[in-house]
Amino acid sequence: MTAVTSGKAAGTMRREKISNANLLMFISICIFVIMYLAGIIIWGGGFRKPQQVFDILNNYAYLIIIGCALTIVMITGGIDISVAGIVALVSMVCVMFLKGKLWPVEGMSDGLRILLAACIAIGIGLLFGAVQGALVAYLDIQPFIITLAGMFFARGMITIVSVEPMQLTVQDEPGILDIIQHRIEIGFLGSLNKKGVMIPARMEIGVVIALVLLVAIAFMLRRSRIGRNFYAVGGNRQSALMLGIDVKKTRFIAHLISGLLAGIAGFVFMMHNVSGNATNATAGEMDAIASSIIGGTLLSGGVGNVIGTFFGVMILATIKLIVTASGLTKPWWQTITSGAMLALFILLQSVVLSRRGKKMTLPSWLKFKKE
Amino acid sequence: MDDGIVLTMRGIYKTFPGVKALQNVDFTLRKGEIHALMGENGAGKSTLIKVLTGVYEKDAGEICVDGIDGAVTIRSPQDAQEKGISTVYQEITLCPNLTVAENMYIGRDKSATVHWKKREQDADKLLKSLGIPARPKQQLGSCSLAVQQMVAIARAVDADCKVLILDEPTSSLDDHEVEMLFSLMRDLKSRGVGIIFVTHFLEQVYAVSDRITVLRNGELVGEFEVQNLPQVELVSKMMGKDLEGLSDLDKEGSANASEGEAFYEAKGLSSSEARPFDFRIAKGEVNGFTGLLGSGRSESVRAIFAADRITGGKILVEGKEKSITKPIHAMKAGIGYLPEDRKRDGIIADLSVRENIILALQVMKGFFHPMSRKEMEKFADEYIKTLEIKAASQDVPIKSLSGGNQQKVILARWLLTHPDYLILDEPTRGIDVGTKTEIQRLVLKLAEEGMSVTFISSEIEEMLRTCSRLIVMRDRKIVGELKGHELTQTNVMYTIAGGEKENAG
Repeated sequence: MTAVTSGKAAGTMRREKISNANLLMFISICIFVIMYLAGIIIWGGGFRKPQQVFDILNNYAYLIIIGCALTIVMITGGIDISVAGIVALVSMVCVMFLKGKLWPVEGMSDGLRILLAACIAIGIGLLFGAVQGALVAYLDIQPFIITLAGMFFARGMITIVSVEPMQLTVQDEPGILDIIQHRIEIGFLGSLNKKGVMIPARMEIGVVIALVLLVAIAFMLRRSRIGRNFYAVGGNRQSALMLGIDVKKTRFIAHLISGLLAGIAGFVFMMHNVSGNATNATAGEMDAIASSIIGGTLLSGGVGNVIGTFFGVMILATIKLIVTASGLTKPWWQTITSGAMLALFILLQSVVLSRRGKKMTLPSWLKFKKE
Repeated sequence: MDDGIVLTMRGIYKTFPGVKALQNVDFTLRKGEIHALMGENGAGKSTLIKVLTGVYEKDAGEICVDGIDGAVTIRSPQDAQEKGISTVYQEITLCPNLTVAENMYIGRDKSATVHWKKREQDADKLLKSLGIPARPKQQLGSCSLAVQQMVAIARAVDADCKVLILDEPTSSLDDHEVEMLFSLMRDLKSRGVGIIFVTHFLEQVYAVSDRITVLRNGELVGEFEVQNLPQVELVSKMMGKDLEGLSDLDKEGSANASEGEAFYEAKGLSSSEARPFDFRIAKGEVNGFTGLLGSGRSESVRAIFAADRITGGKILVEGKEKSITKPIHAMKAGIGYLPEDRKRDGIIADLSVRENIILALQVMKGFFHPMSRKEMEKFADEYIKTLEIKAASQDVPIKSLSGGNQQKVILARWLLTHPDYLILDEPTRGIDVGTKTEIQRLVLKLAEEGMSVTFISSEIEEMLRTCSRLIVMRDRKIVGELKGHELTQTNVMYTIAGGEKENAG
């Protein structure tokens, strides 16, 4: 405090202390790197191949997108647990549509059908986002309750659309599968297979979508007016109002974007899994929340960014890989370990933050900068 | 509109269900003047400000702003800002998680993207020109309260404001910070900004204001030039009666008591926030901790109540050694504590007045000994009456009460537990003069009945009036103790400022 008030002469050139949000993100990046390096050193094998990273991305592209959705809503101080439900609903509807079971699609080209499916995905997402956003922002109902209802609604709708799980198969739709399962080959990141043949690294289109969205959202949060308004509303709603921000509209838009992203994530999920099933993306919203938190987003709002969330997803995925690699193949080991890691991680965060807050110094052996 | 007048309000009326908040109030603000708006709680100051800033809609009347033809209608705070009326509220209404520069421009910039560099340069220029010691890239939350307040003012000023409303801007600042704020206000005044200054601190009004408008019970008492209105007269105008008892309270009883048997004694008491200190209070004594904000006075009394983690020391209550490491221990030993920050530590905003009053007693009894509704109502009624708490009923949530009345509710909460020793940390902050005097009288009355009281206030004058012994702190250490004839304002100032007057008496 005293340094601030007496620092009249302090120029603007002085570097500011790293903010809490960035510190948390930095921690999560470090942990990811350490975990992955540990994977390479201890288990080697798959971890050594760049394809391993692309596998994570291919499998979790949809989680990156709904992680971003959660980050946005959490920054405004809210929560959206309907996202995974929307993902599952969208993937079911899209599969049904592409199979021609919703309405006849004869005569449409494969490309047009995929385009229409994407539009349906976005439409469903926006619809959920708009309704939930309106209820949360304008009727001021708890976002947890509203989006919980949204989640039940979405999961229920899946069974109404189709009781049976649906699968897009090569037999019925070879053209479509060809397009949506297209893999981008990256030659220089390839690896040799057992026979010594160079196999290029493969990345799905969904990953490109997820990464483009990630960059766009990072830009939006940092540089756009609405993005900054999200932070202001999450930091202190009353203050934001007094600062001339339309708080209701801001919260509405946050939920709208969240719904939109969930819709897109559903489409990406469908491209990867080509199936519709009521149990798809089960508990995905929890993974998304966990990723956001690991990446440095605070549940209390006002702090966070999506780059951190990206690394949050990578950390969760790496945990699962490591658990499997160490021979604990039973599925519950993954959840137990993820849970333990999450708890440890949050503990670490709060220790770091409270040490900063109290201006206590780290033990000398941990100090990397003189205060 | 006349030259030199930036704002006129004529015949303003505002009624709430059951309350005539404003009746035919006029107000005129000139260019480049600091105009104090004075009145007790409930006089209509905040209502008038809220009408002016568009939070409330007026029932009748006319508002004219310089540069706009005819009467204006102000619909919302944003609307007011666009018309040149900016407000800085008592509670800082900025976002602590954003940077200083962002807080100055967010919500005003209408372009879709943010130009950080330009924003930070603009902010830097403005902060420098106003002499505000903050850096644009700094997180607001890392600034001191005073600097945050100044950033809020900078934001208001930059919005091309003609009228700047400062609503109790000094209530959480220490003397040095207040001085910084005043020089900023004078600077703005010389630039032609009309400033409406709402405060409870009389001395501050005389330090910076040019003119004073006094309201009472929603009606205009009058507008006065500062030099034509002596302080005593101002108080009597606010109260609507002559206040003979304001300056001399009888504290002889307490002074005699200080020699008597000790109720509480601490040796080397320390907590996570307070350095080790010795302390003693006699039965029926009123003493006080004084010192600048941050000198450790609140931390010390918090240690006595064990509100922070206790790290050492020996405690004697009525001569017997006791271990007090948790607030409940302190309460059981007969100690009550009225915290400094009533919003954070004191009131439970959504609970009713009755529940807030009952709270401490219920904790003392333990939750497995519930009180009957009747009993609770009886207690609540009794204290609402004795302390003259103004509440529609004991069922209304405490947050609907005015600051002074909330404070009385918390006081009632502790009185109900019949403590032997009551610690009051800034009980009169943000409270009007009338209630202040009431609380001071009450303190002395309690002392007469044998209760020991430790009193903390930022206003030295108030401390001198109520306490018979002052413990002076500086830089988290006790640097002196004053009693009897030593209790003068100069002596206290001298001790705070650095004279090492170790227990001179």
